[in-house]
Amino acid sequence: MNMKEYSRQGDEAGSAETAVTLSVNGEMHQLRISPNVVLLDALRDRLGLTGTKKGCDHGQCGACTVHLDGQAINSCLKLAVMCEGHEVTTVEGLANDAGLHPVQQAFLEHDAYQCGFCTPGQMMSATALLEDERIGTDDAAVREAMSGNICRCGAYKNILAAIQTARGQGQAAPTAGKTS
Amino acid sequence: MRNFAFSSAENVDQAVSSERGNAGEASYIAGGTTLIDLVKLDVMRPVQVIDLNRLPLREVERLDDGRLRIGALVSNTDLAHHPLVTQHYPLLSQALLAGASTQLRNMASTGGNVMQRTRCPYFRDVAAACNKRAPGSGCDALEGVNRMHALLGTSEHCIATHPSDMCVAMTALGATLTLEGPNGTREIAFGDFHRLPMDRPDLEHELEPDELITHVTLDTPVVGGGSHYLKLRDRASYEFALASAAAMVAVEDGVIREARLALGGVATKPWRAVEAEQALAGKPARTESFEKAAEIALSDAVPREHNAFKVPLARQAIVRALEKASAASKHH
Ligand SMILES: Cc1cc2nc3c(=O)[nH]c(=O)nc-3n(C[C@H](O)[C@H](O)[C@H](O)COP(=O)(O)OP(=O)(O)OC[C@H]3O[C@@H](n4cnc5c(N)ncnc54)[C@H](O)[C@@H]3O)c2cc1C
Ligand code: SF4
Ligand code: FES
Ligand code: FES
Repeated sequence: MNMKEYSRQGDEAGSAETAVTLSVNGEMHQLRISPNVVLLDALRDRLGLTGTKKGCDHGQCGACTVHLDGQAINSCLKLAVMCEGHEVTTVEGLANDAGLHPVQQAFLEHDAYQCGFCTPGQMMSATALLEDERIGTDDAAVREAMSGNICRCGAYKNILAAIQTARGQGQAAPTAGKTS
Repeated sequence: MRNFAFSSAENVDQAVSSERGNAGEASYIAGGTTLIDLVKLDVMRPVQVIDLNRLPLREVERLDDGRLRIGALVSNTDLAHHPLVTQHYPLLSQALLAGASTQLRNMASTGGNVMQRTRCPYFRDVAAACNKRAPGSGCDALEGVNRMHALLGTSEHCIATHPSDMCVAMTALGATLTLEGPNGTREIAFGDFHRLPMDRPDLEHELEPDELITHVTLDTPVVGGGSHYLKLRDRASYEFALASAAAMVAVEDGVIREARLALGGVATKPWRAVEAEQALAGKPARTESFEKAAEIALSDAVPREHNAFKVPLARQAIVRALEKASAASKHH
């Protein structure tokens, strides 16, 4: 579904577009969108942040996973208007000036993808679970916590290895002198 | 996706008064994991969507009488990991964590989970005949691919399975829903909230169009009771139940003092197996007793062409869950 469709349907329903301020990866963005725009489409079609992928559009694959206030969510089922006042983090926000996030580095080293389509979502779930003390650290707990991210290429084994490797490796601080 | 007007309710009064006058046309949104999915499919068609997330309904608190009161906006993740739940109601924690995925549980609310809609593929397909979605249009599941459908509580108008795991645990534990409407507050027993399809499968619950669920309050935990939630499904995680059993058993000197049994994946509403519970009371905590209870729980099962396999599957789920629950009982 593209932007044109949104505005056309918005006119039909007579539902006015509203001004929404989204904080994404630490940057504020002002948007005018109709209420039915989901966060996934706002990110991809309005903000050009196409790292977040659309697989099923119905909560069934996890390709669209982003963080909302640090928690992994399916952005395909989240209305963008409901994200105002919250911090959105996408895959584009993982690396900093000091380099890749440890999870990204580990995915690279472990070959934790084939086509790469599920990878941004996998990494967003992985980074959230490594920060979540309520989720166990053994392989079974990680597999269970990652089950909301489907990989059609079946890279699960390497994804698990990458996550366990990244565990405990804090993200390096951005290089001094640079602004982020 | 069809468009709608959107507003946020600042307090409970506003939430119930803004819905008034729009009965059937307005819809609340909490996590959105049911609503947005179904609006995209054109199955739910709200003209107005009212966001509940600003309401102060995120508390989990122990009442003076020992019951546990859960705010309707508590997420499935937070509820599953809440210390009062893991400690006193591990059955609920297990059931919640057996549902959906990490991302969906982070979004899903307690109230929304109670109100989630069936996953019947014909309900989700606007081109199909479905009495639940379009009353009087028929039911394509009766003679269709009904592998996922219900055995218990069905009618010739609808055989859709109630998909919730959380609700199955709450049914076994015993709970009360608090509903707020323009005329004030009322309470309803959890087991009375969801309706059987009968000849009106479109009427799924007792909530009036202008009412809101504000809380779910769990009964006091059964003293010495052990529990287990067992969910059987097509893959190990991130899949709805083919059959699930929530069992709670209190054993004293090898004899069952009290048992609770609820079933998921096989019934049109979260299903309490009352007669099986009665048959267990006073019996030895042994496999033969559990097998007998499973027979009783499924004696009214009406299998269809593709879901007959669920009868033995549910039987095994019940026996296994009762065994595990009684092994976990404090006084066995
Ligand atoms: C891919 C997928 C897999 C899933 N797997 C499972 C599973 O294995 N097990 C399981 O149990 N569930 C599963 N679910 C369902 C999920 O648990 C529900 O969608 C979720 O609990 C709904 O909660 P919500 O807050 O997102 O509801 P919403 O979508 O916000 O609301 C759902 C409905 O409830 C109404 N509502 C919400 N809050 C209230 C309230 N306080 N008072 C009155 N009405 C209210 C809304 O108006 C709406 O009609 C799955 C869902 C998806 C998409
Ligand atoms: S089983 Fe119920 S929900 Fe499914 S098609 Fe028949 S009437 Fe609709
Ligand atoms: S695109 Fe959101 S879960 Fe598949
Ligand atoms: S790498 Fe192709 S879908 Fe996961």
